[in-house]
Formats: sequence, C-alpha cells, structure tokens
Amino acid sequence: MLALLGDYTIQTVAMGAALLGISSGVLGCFAVLRKQSLLGDTLSHAALPGICIGFLIAGSRDIGTILAGALVTGAASALVVLLLTRMSRLKTDAALGIALSVSFAIGVVLLTHIQGGGNASQGGLDSFLFGQAAAILRGDLWIMGGVTLSALALVGLLWKEFKLVSFDPGFATSLGLPVVALEVAMTTMVALAVVVGLQMVGVVLMTAMIVAPAVAARQWTHSLGGMVTLAALFGTMAGVSGAVISATVRGLSTGPLIVLAISAIVLISLVLAPGRGLAWASLRRRRDRRRLAGRQVLSTLYGLAAEHGDQGYRAELGALDTFHGTPTRQTLQQLERRGLVAPVTHAPETTPHWELTKAGFAEARRIDDAPEGDDR
Amino acid sequence: MTEPLHEPQLALHVEDLTVSYEGKPVLWDIDIDIPPGVMAAIVGPNGAGKSTFIKSVMGLVKPTAGHVRIFGRPYAAQRRRVGYVPQRSTVDWDFPTTALDVVEMGLYGRLGWFRRPGKRERQAALHALEQVGMQDFLDRQISQLSGGQQQRVFLARALVQQADIYFLDEPMAGVDATTERAIVDILHRLRAQGKTVIVVHHDLQTVRSYFDWMVILNVRAIAQGPVATVYTPENLRKAYGGQIALIERSTFADDAAPAGGGRD
Repeated sequence: MLALLGDYTIQTVAMGAALLGISSGVLGCFAVLRKQSLLGDTLSHAALPGICIGFLIAGSRDIGTILAGALVTGAASALVVLLLTRMSRLKTDAALGIALSVSFAIGVVLLTHIQGGGNASQGGLDSFLFGQAAAILRGDLWIMGGVTLSALALVGLLWKEFKLVSFDPGFATSLGLPVVALEVAMTTMVALAVVVGLQMVGVVLMTAMIVAPAVAARQWTHSLGGMVTLAALFGTMAGVSGAVISATVRGLSTGPLIVLAISAIVLISLVLAPGRGLAWASLRRRRDRRRLAGRQVLSTLYGLAAEHGDQGYRAELGALDTFHGTPTRQTLQQLERRGLVAPVTHAPETTPHWELTKAGFAEARRIDDAPEGDDR
Repeated sequence: MTEPLHEPQLALHVEDLTVSYEGKPVLWDIDIDIPPGVMAAIVGPNGAGKSTFIKSVMGLVKPTAGHVRIFGRPYAAQRRRVGYVPQRSTVDWDFPTTALDVVEMGLYGRLGWFRRPGKRERQAALHALEQVGMQDFLDRQISQLSGGQQQRVFLARALVQQADIYFLDEPMAGVDATTERAIVDILHRLRAQGKTVIVVHHDLQTVRSYFDWMVILNVRAIAQGPVATVYTPENLRKAYGGQIALIERSTFADDAAPAGGGRD
C-alpha cells in the first residue's frame, strides 16, 4: 500500500482527484442550495463541444486551450438557459434539458468529426466523455489547482453575499446587492468546477460531483460553513479513493468509480445522519408511536379509575384490548417497566388485570391537564 | 445628491405607477401617498397586486411606467432608511443557517463588500431577537422553527436595519393569534417611535383595530386615507365586488350595534 502511494502516477492522480473533490464540493453547495443541481449537468455536457473546439484551435491535446474551450461553451449554455427562461415561457427544467441535449449533440458530432479526420494527436480525446485519470499530467495539476484556488478565494471573499443571495435573493436586492452579477458569478464558478473535473470524471458523470457532496454534507450539519467544509471533505475522499482504485486495478474507469464512491457517501448520509437520516427518522417515529400508545393506555386507565371513583381500579386486559382495538399487553409491560402500572388479579376472575400505580396516576393526571400537543 | 427632492414631506409617494406582467397590467396608473408616522394597511382581493406593489417600490419588480419616492428620493438612494420583510414562503427554510445568522443578514447592506459580521453585528442581532421574543432560539436551525417563529425572525431581520420606513409583505399570514398579537405590538411600537409602517394585509376584520391608515387596491388604487374615512362598504364593494357580501355582515354588523367599535 505504501509503495502504491509512492508511485508518481498515482500521486498525480490522487492530487488531481483531491482538487476536483474540493472545488466541486464547495461550489456544488451553492448550486444545490439555489435549487440548481441540474445546472451542473447542463454545464458539463455543454463542455464537450468546447473541448473539441479547443482541440481544433490548438491542433493538439493542449490542456489549457481545451479547458478554456470547455469553460466558454459551458458558460454559453448557461447563458442560453437564462435567455430561454427569461424570454420564453419555458420553465428552467425544460430550458436546461434543451441546452443539455443540443450542446451534447453538437459535441458528439464534433468529436466524431475529429476522430474521423485521422489526426494522430486526437488520441484520447474521447476520454473526456467518461474521464481518464491516468492521462493526467503533473502540469495539468497546476491548472486544476489554480482554478480551485481562485474559486475558493472568491467564495471566501464573497461569503456573506453568496449566502444571502442563495437564501433570499429578494431581500438581497432590497439591500442593493447586485444579485444578477452574484448569481452569474456563482454559475460561472460551477462551470469552473466542471472544468476542473472534466479529465477526471468526464462530462457525462460530472454532475454527480457537483450535487452529491453537497447533498451528503447537508445531512450532517446545520451551518453553511459546516456544509461547505464537509462537502469539500466528502468530495476529496470520494475523488481520491475512486482514483486510486482505478489506477491500481486494470480496466476500471476512474470517473464511474469516483461517482460510485461519492454515491456510497450519499447513501450512508441519507440513512445514518443524526436528525435528518432515514434511520434516525424511523427510530424517532417508533419511539413516538410507543410513547403515544403508552399515553393512550395510561389515560384509558385513568378514565376508568375516575369513572369508578376508585384510584386503584383494576382493569381487565381484554377490556383494554377491546377499547383500543389493538393488543395492549406490550404497551402495558413497557409502562410497568417505567413503574406506572402494575399487573394484578381480581378474584374471582382469573384473567390478567392492570392497575395504575401512584406514579402512574400522577402521570396520567399530568397528561390529562397538559395542553394538546405538549409531550414533554 | 444633485436631484431635487420630490414630495419630501411624504414617507412614500407613488405616482402613475403601472406594472405589467406578460402584457397584462397588474397595477394600473397608481397614485399613492402615505404620510410619515402612520401604520398603513394595503388591502385588496387576491391578485389585486398588493405584493407587486411592495415589490415595485423595493425595486424587485421593474415598473412599466411611473415613479416612486421615499422621503423625496428614489429608493436606491434611500436603502438605509428602508426595512423589508418579504413573504415568509419566498425562501427555503431548510437552508443551513441559524436564527441569529438570518437576523444578521439585515446588516449586510451596511457592512459593505467583503466584511464579515462581527461582535457589533451580533449584539444588534441579539437585541432584535429579544425585541421579537426569540432570544432563546438564536442558535436554532431555522427549519426547526414554527411558522410564527420564522415570521418573527424575519421581522427581527428588518428591525436590525434601524429603518425609518418598513415594508412588510403579509406578515400575519399563517401565524397563530399569539404571534399575530406580538407582531402587531412590535409594529405599534415602531409607529410610536415615529416610524412609518406599511403592511400588505389580507384580513379585513382586523384592519380597523390594527391600522390607522389604509390603501385599498385592486389593480387600481380604489381608495386611500385614514382608516376611519376609507373603511366604508362602498369602497370595499368597489374593490372586492361580490365577495364583499360575506365580509360585510361580519365587519359592519358591529357598526349597527349601539356600542359599535368596541370589538377587540
């Protein structure tokens, strides 16, 4: 394992994946919070024609030109979406869908044209579709690092502005913030994140890197700072583990592996995160149901006792079951464990009976007095 | 500020305002003047353009024609004197932030670019939360607040703006009676300090007990002035049309009674 980490190629790949995780994690948070998760999808698909155009201009697989092309066409597609929604009656989802498919179609046409052209240096251009970590060079890391760093710096500088515009753009406008400019800045940053991830994950799956870390991070924290930090961490974890696995096992593509890794983190977060996780919610529901059942049975016993004018009234189990329409024995046993009821017999009957203890009587009276909905 | 003041004696002066949406007028040729120091209700049926009116005053909606002045100047020059409470439903309350943080947002305009809120902003926000009775919830994630508590947080965010004129869009929508009472008390306190409070209000029943000024709106400005003179069956019928039959019986019934006006 240690030898693995010493490998030059794997080091490069891991660093690239880490940069991708950080930038897409951080920038994805704002996209997700602004309900623009699918914007990443459109931007990344729209990067494909830019990649091809960049290649055609440079005449070789020059990464700088290619990424610049991807950024330009990605941003152009975002602009098209904006215009479509502003000028026509199209809703955002429809506009995103149109921009995505049109630009991806153009991209594929260009790609096949280049591949058919017999240019020897085009080799590997299609790796941008699904990503190819092994193709990343040390020099590429500088570009990825520069992009990531400038995006992080922008987020740091405009932190409160981005937060307010994401939360309440109307109020931000009333304060005089240039909301449109800030939104354009945030969208551009998502395009930057896409560009960073293109080589690693590819255009098809890049959207997962924008959406997934943010969604997973949101499960664990209640603050924007926490969410952004965690998203960067999750993105890095997924990126590095996916990249390392793909670099060590022959024949496994990097992009899909990274996406699978972040999906696993999302799944764990959705199920296990305290407070928001599904497991947590079902646990809470069960506890609530049990508590409610306990309160109902307690208050039935209390009502019976009051009706008979006898604090120690012994209620027959069968009667309680009939009254509640469901077996109550388990609930009674739970109440017994809390010392609120006690099993008794009532001669000459041989069937099980239950009565309120002193504590149970007091508790039932408290529930009875408490206002509706107060379950403390 | 080279531009001469236009109607500076008025807290809000709206002239010939027309706002249209997809070719249809939402507000048509509106003239509205509201003097300083009153608490004014903007009422009207659904779709009358009440929220659009506030939004166009705040510059959130571009008017087709007309102009708006606040204490004699355009809104852009008077931002510091204006506090705004949008409709609660316009934001996602699952946003990862706390009540205190939301209130601090009211100070972002004053802070300026790049500066983060510090101790002073925190103190101001705490004070505003105390005013609305939410000091115990300052670190609470906003999705865990009830609707009424969220509304109070929004109100606190406007209070922290220390404005001279406040615009509130349906602050009493979907809150319980206790919260409504608390909100009205705060607004009355603002009026007592000489501030102008302008509220989009949906409940005709409470207009007379809460407000001293009212504007009846239904695409056009139907009537405006002190509640005592404007709150008449004719004006309301003009705005609400047939719907008024329902309202009329309950709101004007106590006028007929000898001890009228003693409600509330």
